[in-house]
Amino acid sequence: MHELSLCADLMDQVTALAKTHQAEKVVRIVVKIGPLAGVEPHLLESAFTISCAGTLAEEAEFITESLPIRVLCNVCAAETEAPRSNHLLCGECASANTQLLSGDELILAQVELLN
Amino acid sequence: MCNTCGCNVTDGNRHLLSIPHQQKSVTAITVLSNLLKHNDQQADQNRASIESHGVLAINLMSSPGSGKTALLEATIQKLKHKLSIAVIEGDLETENDADRIRAQGVQAYQITTGTACHLDAHLIQQALTHIRLDEIDVLFIENVGNLVCPASFDLGHHRNVTLLSVTEGDDKPAKYPVMFRASDVMLITKTDLLPYLGDFSVEKAIRYQHELASQAPVLALSSRSGEGFDAWLQWLEQEVSQHKIRIQQQQSIKPTIQAEGQQLHQQEPVRFRPVARA
Repeated sequence: MHELSLCADLMDQVTALAKTHQAEKVVRIVVKIGPLAGVEPHLLESAFTISCAGTLAEEAEFITESLPIRVLCNVCAAETEAPRSNHLLCGECASANTQLLSGDELILAQVELLN
Repeated sequence: MCNTCGCNVTDGNRHLLSIPHQQKSVTAITVLSNLLKHNDQQADQNRASIESHGVLAINLMSSPGSGKTALLEATIQKLKHKLSIAVIEGDLETENDADRIRAQGVQAYQITTGTACHLDAHLIQQALTHIRLDEIDVLFIENVGNLVCPASFDLGHHRNVTLLSVTEGDDKPAKYPVMFRASDVMLITKTDLLPYLGDFSVEKAIRYQHELASQAPVLALSSRSGEGFDAWLQWLEQEVSQHKIRIQQQQSIKPTIQAEGQQLHQQEPVRFRPVARA
């Protein structure tokens, strides 16, 4: 339940961008969240409705995009998609010697501003 | 000076400028910045400050009641002639854990978070002002007992230790993958209770941890009976000596998971892309 504090950081970054670009208001915010980020998209959306009040982003559309968990095998070099967040073995050779390619993101990806 | 690039605008006359009325347009800005940016910046400062005293910082994470404080008490007792230790305690309320640590004769500072379910880098920054870092080798940070939120926050430490007590069930790594994937070492604690449980399988717990593609060693121990404790002390002493070498070479490490994440999401340049909107 730290989505509200994350949202505070998000609002700081968004309002700073809006100021830099002398925007009238924020129209749209896109956030990318991987399943391994430890953040629930719908909780972040609820937190946003609280955090945006009284800011330039009050009427902004808030979009959360999920990303697949992809792993690269250090043994057979296969790139596979993990079936769920507690199974990160290689999809080809079942090795545990894998590295994450995507799935732990917690990223402010795009902001649309009205000038 | 010209009227093209803005070099004729100075601090003295900027207020006279009026933004010309333009047709309203929407600009999409691709940012790709980490939502934990402020926390991570503070964490890096904490880490630099801790390293300037040659100290290794270790974050303990687990459910409430899995034996974090008991692990620290036994560790301090067994290493008191070898390593100097201090502890930052995180709980919602009470000074109980810091009192238990102080009773072992070492420095302890208690953070009471009120309602917050995790420690963050700013709380640690304040706590660090109460710890005499130049007197210690290892700083333990005992996080708030919680298998969810603490995993998301870099505190400025070097290693993550996760605990799983045998009374919790062997499938915790499968149920809380974000937490257990963060392990640099995973400790299965309270093994002295295994004979009374019957349904906890150490092998299964290790298998679930393995499925998270975790390279972290898994050590089973009991802080009460001392069974398996030597392997943990060995891990700790090895980390401390490796850290001293790194400090001499002016190198730094982050917990494995944070280092990977940073490598994976190296900041991409900010791009500006105006889009037409009806």
